[in-house]
Amino acid sequence: MEDLDNILAAALASVEGAADGEALEAARVALLGKKGGISALMASLGKMDPEARKAAGAALNQVKDQVAEAIAARKAVLDSAALDQRLARERIDVTLPVRPDTQSGRVHPIAQVMDEMVAIFANMGFEVAEGPDIEDDFHNFTALNIPAEHPARQMHDTFYFGEQADGSRHLLRTHTSPVQIRTMLANQPPIRIIAPGRTYRCDSDMTHTPMFHQIEGLVIDKATHMGHLKGVLAEFVRTFFEVDEVPVRFRPSFFPFTEPSAEVDIGCSREGGELKIGNGAGWLEILGCGMVHPNVLRACNIDPDEYQGFAFGMGVERVAMLKYGIPDLRTFFESDLRWLKHYGFVPLDVPTLSGGLTR
Amino acid sequence: MKFTLSWLKDHLETTATLAEIETRLTEMGLEVEGVVDPAARLSGFVVGHVLEADKHPDADRLRVCKVDNGSQVLQVVCGAPNARAGLKVILAQPGVVIPATGQPLKKGNVRGVESQGMMCSWRELEMGEDHDGIAELGAELAPGTKLVDILSVDPTIEVSITPNRADCLGVRGIARDLAASGLGTLKPLDVSPVNGSFKSPIGVKLEFSADNASACPMFVGRMIKGVKNGESPAWLKDRLTAIGLRPISALVDITNFVTYDLARPLHVFDAGLVKGDIRARLARAGEQLVALNGKTYALEPTMTVIADEAGPEALAGIMGGEHSGCTEATTEVFLETAYFDPIRTAATGRKLDILSDARFRFERGVDPAFLIDATEIATRLILQLCGGEASDIIVAGEAPEWQKSIVLRPARVAGLGGVDVAVAKQEAILRGLGCTVSEHAGGLLVVPPSWRGDISAEHDLVEEVIRVNGFDKLPEVPLPRPTTPKPVLTPGQRRASFVRRHLATRGMVETVTWSFLASNQAKLFGGGAAEMHLANPISADLDCMRPSLLPNLVAAAGRNADRGFKDLALFEIGPQFDGPMPGQQRAVAAGLRAGRATARHWSDKARAVDLFDAKADLLAAITAAGANPDSFQVVAEAPAWYHPGRSGTLKLGNKAVAFFGEMHPGILTQMDVKGPMVAFELFLEALPPVKARATKAKPLLKLAAFQPLERDFAFVLDAKASADSVLKAAKGADKALITDASVFDLYEGPNVGEGKKSLAVSITLQPTEKTLTDDEIEAVTKKVVDAVVKATGGTLRG
Repeated sequence: MEDLDNILAAALASVEGAADGEALEAARVALLGKKGGISALMASLGKMDPEARKAAGAALNQVKDQVAEAIAARKAVLDSAALDQRLARERIDVTLPVRPDTQSGRVHPIAQVMDEMVAIFANMGFEVAEGPDIEDDFHNFTALNIPAEHPARQMHDTFYFGEQADGSRHLLRTHTSPVQIRTMLANQPPIRIIAPGRTYRCDSDMTHTPMFHQIEGLVIDKATHMGHLKGVLAEFVRTFFEVDEVPVRFRPSFFPFTEPSAEVDIGCSREGGELKIGNGAGWLEILGCGMVHPNVLRACNIDPDEYQGFAFGMGVERVAMLKYGIPDLRTFFESDLRWLKHYGFVPLDVPTLSGGLTR
Repeated sequence: MKFTLSWLKDHLETTATLAEIETRLTEMGLEVEGVVDPAARLSGFVVGHVLEADKHPDADRLRVCKVDNGSQVLQVVCGAPNARAGLKVILAQPGVVIPATGQPLKKGNVRGVESQGMMCSWRELEMGEDHDGIAELGAELAPGTKLVDILSVDPTIEVSITPNRADCLGVRGIARDLAASGLGTLKPLDVSPVNGSFKSPIGVKLEFSADNASACPMFVGRMIKGVKNGESPAWLKDRLTAIGLRPISALVDITNFVTYDLARPLHVFDAGLVKGDIRARLARAGEQLVALNGKTYALEPTMTVIADEAGPEALAGIMGGEHSGCTEATTEVFLETAYFDPIRTAATGRKLDILSDARFRFERGVDPAFLIDATEIATRLILQLCGGEASDIIVAGEAPEWQKSIVLRPARVAGLGGVDVAVAKQEAILRGLGCTVSEHAGGLLVVPPSWRGDISAEHDLVEEVIRVNGFDKLPEVPLPRPTTPKPVLTPGQRRASFVRRHLATRGMVETVTWSFLASNQAKLFGGGAAEMHLANPISADLDCMRPSLLPNLVAAAGRNADRGFKDLALFEIGPQFDGPMPGQQRAVAAGLRAGRATARHWSDKARAVDLFDAKADLLAAITAAGANPDSFQVVAEAPAWYHPGRSGTLKLGNKAVAFFGEMHPGILTQMDVKGPMVAFELFLEALPPVKARATKAKPLLKLAAFQPLERDFAFVLDAKASADSVLKAAKGADKALITDASVFDLYEGPNVGEGKKSLAVSITLQPTEKTLTDDEIEAVTKKVVDAVVKATGGTLRG
């Protein structure tokens, strides 16, 4: 069997000597292929007697297995080296910029802030009502206890359309309060609504734009009083501004459609020229409100001896500016891409009370 | 409304500080808009004594002065003509802020001579218009004395008065409110009569028909003769100057003073220039009046005038006439104290566009029971300041009815106002405001004072009680809320919200633009009708309601391109206006893309936006809105602002739900912007309503156990045949088996011939019960080919 030892040594040497996959394959064929050396020896076993064939066969199989094992091992080594070589060739500059994926757009601050307000008031049971931008005198003024010659009408710089056949003129609503009237005419109390929307005044300067947004609130039932109004607005302010402590101050004021009427201030500080909402020396006016005037209820066919409630109106841009530190009202409507991307909100930042209104 | 602290204290006995008064005013609803306390800004100035004043070596008009500031002698260069030795002056030293400039004074060098301070004029201290030179102080003053110690510095307070508080357009009304709130006591007003010594030769008549009698129900007059109309005394001039009025002459100043002091406008006529009796009447057509402001006004028969025999002499409650106005030559005057109808006065003032202190008060309502007393007060002032002799008072007409009795149920204060106030305190508050209060079966019987015409019902009294009690005492009470919160958005609102946030996830940036635009742009987008114009636009650029959201988006894209941002995707959700009636508006989601859809990149080529970007946005918006884009017909037609060959409409029956396409290049040129731009407009309310379902459970998921397979086809079609028709036919060929059909290639060219195109379509087959046999697949593909050929007249490409 010395022969066999030599054969094994030679076979293993030829396997080890294979420099690449091709040479290894050639060695495999030469040794284990149909016409290979070891295969020839296997064939020669047939000529032996059974006893000798058994012993020689076992030895030969052992050699064959060892060779096959060596080939597999050598193949693994060669494959690994080949892969290393390929990977070395495949190096690319990982600092190259990625493909221009669709970047997220933005939601306008007005829409975002309105969503925030809806989230807060919905939690208090307010529904969302809407009304038209073009209004008539009745809904915008008369029903709101602002008769034709009342000086309060001059407080509103109203946009008018041309005269109709009957001499009346339509107008662009100067506030969202006409939605109160439409809601009360269409529904019986109890009523609890907010009405966000576009409003218009014929005024344009540093701090006024001819179009802006308001959110109106209205509660009508048999028991709601001014303490509830203060409670609701204080809760709103503290939730909306997402600041731990915001002082809220009610100040007597006048609106034709409410009595008693109040303006609401929130605390702020202006230290170092920077405006911060919260505890501080200053006050900032943010909205007007009051108990709905009996004349308004009467105009909507609601009996003021039985029902009462409150209403409020707030400038959406104003509170957006205060909360998000936006310095200039006019920029809200300029469609400057840089502004929209900077002050806008990513679409998945949906305001909720559970997750916080804004990130 | 402006006044000074000392003026307030003429009416209010109080020990409160300025800061306390400020706070209380705001708490009472008399919002403090500003306080100017001269003491604060004058604190650095001292009295200086000019010891020497020599000519500047290099300048004829300048003097080099040696000024004693009380502790040392400073060298001050001065250009004032009155700078001279011996003068006592107002001295500012380096670091002191000069009120007129707002800048701190620095040491200077004037033509080679050092100047260590400045001698000030009243104007530089913003304490007068006198500009002739530096202020000259009393010779007795010691140098170094602080200026604030020798001047009567009187802080000026400006409050904003709401339209209901006509009574607070006089200092006394404000004092009364403060007193009612407990900040002091209201001093008595001297209304004792001035005895007349003769009968007025000028009479007063009210010449109105019965239905116009309310224009001027009462007129009190009095003649005063032998007056000398000179300059007012310093106290009166100071008061008027402090609140921004220009002193004119004693007679005029007195009327202005009473207007601001007691909210009671008056007028004095030069009686020597009045012909015959004074009469209040409506103006006659064609009459004119040259008013005290020098302007001529054409009068109308709705306007009340004060006239004599010759014609109108004053616009009642608004402004006097130039002809009979008082001058220095005036020796006898006729004093008018009248009541004019607020509404008529407001209408006249607005029509003639005259804003005056008198109009401001009359249109808000002056005290109807304060005519005779006011006449006595004004007479006394005239006699004091101008001398002379007063006639008896003439009274024409009578005060309009003002007494009202209102029952206040004390429980309403808590019921409406939300705060408990003891009944005794309610009474005290109302009395403090001037109401008479008595017991009544249902509660308190309250008669508000004549000057509070704004109090007309119980809720007004509740307001007064809780206002004076303090809004800070209102409790914060939570509103009872529903135990099970329900969703509060309407389906439409929810839909708009989904569309908004989905478009934003597609890289579109939301904007908000005006509801109005320039009418010439409106016309390009199917609008601009006369009825859609604003009668009083803010500018010609914004004179018409928008017929579409796109012109504003196009213009916005243009402005951004001008700033260097040419590639953008904007959208807006808002109203477009179809007519001038309330409700003739539609909620639209509109989007616009401009420039490149993808930028240049090392891995890929840049691509300009095309209509399929807009179509993709539109379909995404529809899907986000909860509708199925496949349920609409796509028609190759669109409004005129789209490219006629590259635009389409999504229809549901006859109704257009959306438009999309490339913007018409001609429109873009007219709007002076560069294309291409692509856009869509989706009419949110035109979408079919989201179906209400009984439960939120989703339909059961049925997963097929067998692999889907794809088969490809190429059809040669007429070039005008729509891909949509091919896909619909293919999908419809076997609805059970075919789950999808898509276009993966489009070829037009010589290989298919003129007027033809080749469309390659892939269909997906999803077996549900067993693996398909070759025969079955063959049968389905034949059905697809047959259906497409039948629908389009095309052929299967060999």
